[in-house]
Amino acid sequence: MAKLKQQSLQKRDNELASANRQLEILSNGIFKNGELPTFAKKIKETNEFPLRPKKLEILQINLGYMCNQVCEHCHVDAGPDRKEIMTWKTMQRCLEVIKNTDAHTLDLTGGAPEMNPNFRRFVEQASKAGIQDFIVRSNLTILRANKKYHDLPEFFKKHRVHVVSSMPHWTRGKTDKQRGEGVFDMSITALKELNAVGYGMPGSDLKLDLVYNPNGAYLPGDQVSMEKEFKSALLADFNIQFHNLFAITNLPISRFLDYLIASENYEDYMYQLVEAYNPAAVKNVMCTNTISISWDGWLYDCDFNQMLGLKVASKVTHINQYNETILNDRDIVISQHCYGCTAGAGSSCQGTVTA
Amino acid sequence: MANNYYDPADLKKFGKITEWSEELGNKFFDYYGKVFEEGALTAREKSLIALAVSHTEQCPYCIEAYTKDSLQRGVTKEQMMEAIHVGAAIKSGATLVHGTMMMNKVNKLEM
Repeated sequence: MAKLKQQSLQKRDNELASANRQLEILSNGIFKNGELPTFAKKIKETNEFPLRPKKLEILQINLGYMCNQVCEHCHVDAGPDRKEIMTWKTMQRCLEVIKNTDAHTLDLTGGAPEMNPNFRRFVEQASKAGIQDFIVRSNLTILRANKKYHDLPEFFKKHRVHVVSSMPHWTRGKTDKQRGEGVFDMSITALKELNAVGYGMPGSDLKLDLVYNPNGAYLPGDQVSMEKEFKSALLADFNIQFHNLFAITNLPISRFLDYLIASENYEDYMYQLVEAYNPAAVKNVMCTNTISISWDGWLYDCDFNQMLGLKVASKVTHINQYNETILNDRDIVISQHCYGCTAGAGSSCQGTVTA
Repeated sequence: MANNYYDPADLKKFGKITEWSEELGNKFFDYYGKVFEEGALTAREKSLIALAVSHTEQCPYCIEAYTKDSLQRGVTKEQMMEAIHVGAAIKSGATLVHGTMMMNKVNKLEM
């Protein structure tokens, strides 16, 4: 059993590696028999259907599903056995888009984006586009995984990259349980190295934010309170500093969906999400200001829709045809997983979406 | 009717208590919500107190609710167990301290 968790669902030939199977599960059962309202029905109650984009603010680019970790909750089903990697040719197309976009934020994600062989070349080029906020989502352990990554903190600093890193808890036990044995200690070392070059320090413009997501079938607590707890514990125990904490809800897809079903928590979790539905969060869900680009150049409303294979409902569906005006005139594709972004204070790759 | 006195699904119906006595029910939920707001104590501290009391009251609904609530607030399992021991210590201490009544009575009655 433990050995299996070292591999992605895809490698294990798990039925949930299929996006269609996931969508089937999310549309059947308690949603088909009417026990719970579908997301479409719910947002119709508050006149938010169909969801429509607002001004484009964030371009999120997934550089590939390869990762050095196999986290239990991963919505990407990333891991060392995933070979999907963005080519330099697609990156070049992305660079043209970055130069001309109206978005103020560029957000590179994965997998571990640093594992893409053209990662540095791409960051060097992209940083010249003068985009306001240039984020790289780093899992931290990659900075210690191999000597060739040891200078990444300096590299990030040189290109004024905003580092956003996953850190599920300030204790070893909870972190390792979710992300794998030894992850906590490696993450602590990586954070110290980022601090050492100036990342996350009070008043520093080298931004270091952490991402918290729950360790199981429950929703994240209040982001502000969690940030206080994280800050005081990491400072007291390890003398580590960071800027902001983003509390993110686990969406019921991919490996987290697999966990929910295997642990018989699926229905209770969906109840929690539906009961915590917050109409105020719907107004600011990230799909209304983001375009997600996959490793092979397809366009999606968000990273979660990317993993479910739900391409944008637009004439323009690929980076080769990229046109922001046409793209912004579309209905956002939804399913029941969207409840994850509208529960409580809301959830996005930038944390909660309500004040 | 279910065959059990306690049904986990009943926890979801808690809000319906107001249906048979709206005014009192609403007053209770207003009070309850206010109590758990961040105040001189943090919401996290209140959650741990509630978890300990849930155990001393042996309320299955409350145990389920405040275990989840504690997890949401980042409380570790070690902290949760310590809180329950505080409850257990008070509960057993409260039993034992009554032994002084027994001792008083014995001393009064015996020659």
